[in-house]
Amino acid sequence: MKRAAFGHIGFPILLLLPQLAIIAIFFYWPAAYAVESSFYLQDPFGFGETFVGFDNYTRLTNSTNYINALNFTVVFTLLVTFFSLGIALLLAVKADKVIRGAKTYRTLLMWVYAIAPPVAGLIGVMLFDQSRGTITQVLASFGYDFRLGVNYWDTAAAMITVSVWKQIPVNFIFFLSGLQAIPRSVREAAMIDNRSGTSRFWDITFPLLAPTGFFLLIINITYSLFDTFGIVDTIVKGEPGNNPLTLVYRVYVDGFRGGDLGGSSAQSVVLMILVLILTIVQFRFLERRIHYT
Amino acid sequence: MAQVTLNKVRKVYPNGAEALEPSTFTIPDGELCVLVGPSGCGKSTMLRMVAGLEDVTEGEISIGDRVVNDIDPADRNIAMVFQNYALYPHMTVARNMGYGLKNRGMDKGQIAEKVREAAQMLNLTEFLDRKPSQLSGGQRQRVAMGRAIVREPDLFLFDEPLSNLDAKLRNQMRIEIRALQRRLGTTAMYVTHDQVEAMTMADRIIVLSNGHIEQIGTPAEIYSNPASTFVAAFMGAPPMNLLNAEAGQGRVTLPGGEIVPQAGVNGHAGAVTVGIRPEDVMPSPQGDLTFNVDIIEELGAQRLLHGQMAGQAFSVAVPKDQEAATGEMRLALKPGAVHLFDADEGRRLG
Ligand SMILES: Nc1ncnc2c1ncn2[C@@H]1O[C@H](COP(=O)(O)OP(=O)(O)O)[C@@H](O)[C@H]1O
Ligand SMILES: [Mg+2]
Repeated sequence: MKRAAFGHIGFPILLLLPQLAIIAIFFYWPAAYAVESSFYLQDPFGFGETFVGFDNYTRLTNSTNYINALNFTVVFTLLVTFFSLGIALLLAVKADKVIRGAKTYRTLLMWVYAIAPPVAGLIGVMLFDQSRGTITQVLASFGYDFRLGVNYWDTAAAMITVSVWKQIPVNFIFFLSGLQAIPRSVREAAMIDNRSGTSRFWDITFPLLAPTGFFLLIINITYSLFDTFGIVDTIVKGEPGNNPLTLVYRVYVDGFRGGDLGGSSAQSVVLMILVLILTIVQFRFLERRIHYT
Repeated sequence: MAQVTLNKVRKVYPNGAEALEPSTFTIPDGELCVLVGPSGCGKSTMLRMVAGLEDVTEGEISIGDRVVNDIDPADRNIAMVFQNYALYPHMTVARNMGYGLKNRGMDKGQIAEKVREAAQMLNLTEFLDRKPSQLSGGQRQRVAMGRAIVREPDLFLFDEPLSNLDAKLRNQMRIEIRALQRRLGTTAMYVTHDQVEAMTMADRIIVLSNGHIEQIGTPAEIYSNPASTFVAAFMGAPPMNLLNAEAGQGRVTLPGGEIVPQAGVNGHAGAVTVGIRPEDVMPSPQGDLTFNVDIIEELGAQRLLHGQMAGQAFSVAVPKDQEAATGEMRLALKPGAVHLFDADEGRRLG
């Protein structure tokens, strides 16, 4: 291979500069600023700030709103991750039987993924709409009065459903390629060794999908924690009220609606640490990842 | 132990391609039967139908005296060895070998015992705790064999099991598989596209071409009495020479006018194909046929002379101690050297 040679160290840095600038301006600077603000109490009207040490953090542990959001986020993340992985795996296993190698199907199935989260949220809101929503009407015909944005549980159910629905395609695609990467002969050898399809799935297919599954697990946790912001926002329309909120949305509500920049920053820092942990877990896994060849 | 019978078995894939024309044959108990033919001729299709991995479109397959068409692969009491070994990548060698037994409800102690026995037979004892990815190609091949043996099946099915090995290992494994199959006395179907493998391993050979059976016979029968020009050209190395000729007035004449000795025409007249194996001719000044040598190929034990006879490609194999030079020479035929085939269909005449 030919190595690119730069006469001077300045040139490569110059090429990297735009990218570095973007990262610095949109990531490091706000992150550092958030860490800093999390130790201050800001005057809501912009008249100065006071250093308060870890007050903002201790305030979080005493805030029922925050604890509620934390609890909801844990349940939300578990449910969204579980259902979007589970349903996607089920669909992928079924699809794999039919379309070994047929690419057009895969592309079609991928389309849902191209929908931006707020749009998915909007479609979801339309489906769950109080007067015209299809799902609301179906539920009404069963005698259930579904009240999005009013009833806590109804809103939570809608958030979870829309988030799961939005995430299934990407999981599906990964699972499907994972399944199709398992050599046909390995499955066939298993068919000769084991009569039961279910037990073959758990003995052979599932372990061989484990690397894909773990990768998706991290992706889905991250998605549930952060990327569902758009969906949550569309559903609660910036009116927290009695509605369930995720931690990320709480940051926004407290910081921009409540004007509590210090508390909001402390929440951001907590989330940053969470992302850091997830990233470390993922990298450690990728390092030790078993390559089946 | 069991015999295998195919009765008018046909395979049409869902896309409409007929991969196997109705085929009928029986493999007697304990025999090793090789299915041989060029790539795409339907060998794997046939084997996979016997294994139950592919539906049978028409006809009946029996293993022992049981029709297995509707029996699950796991219940056919067969074992299959695949070209790419198809080992379970996440299981150790021991678990790979024991997986089938475990699913039959055999107890752990007994499985361990059987796995140990098979491993010993195949020199795999020290690898039992390794994963397939930590083994060489030859060792994986042995594990695949071991997985087949421990099941004590009625029938072994091999689908090109040696194709992924290098030539030296292939020769060695060929002999080992053959010896093992003899020792166990288990009926086996063995698919290969390699005619040397077919000739050396088989009790019985089935030559397939384009989805139909060209010939069934022992290696000796196939070699000495090929049923068609396809078999004649496919089986034997170097391949049989095939020359266009004319039959008439009780003899066979090559385009240049030379008469092919030994050729009885059985009242056949018109265009025919004459088949002569390179090893069935010898240079001789009194020979009846003229041969023009263009190239000499040294193979060590013998020499191959490539050139023209009656304007058509022709090859002659001579022992290494026989002098050879390019240019014209005369050839005599060994007894029984001439095979005569119909020119259109390629079927053997007489
Ligand atoms: N699943 C399938 N669907 C359609 N055609 C197939 C399928 N599998 C094999 N074939 C076709 O059937 C013919 C025989 O294939 P195969 O039995 O695999 O040949 P071989 O093992 O002798 O190389 C080939 O023409 C192949 O393209
Ligand atoms: Mg094949």
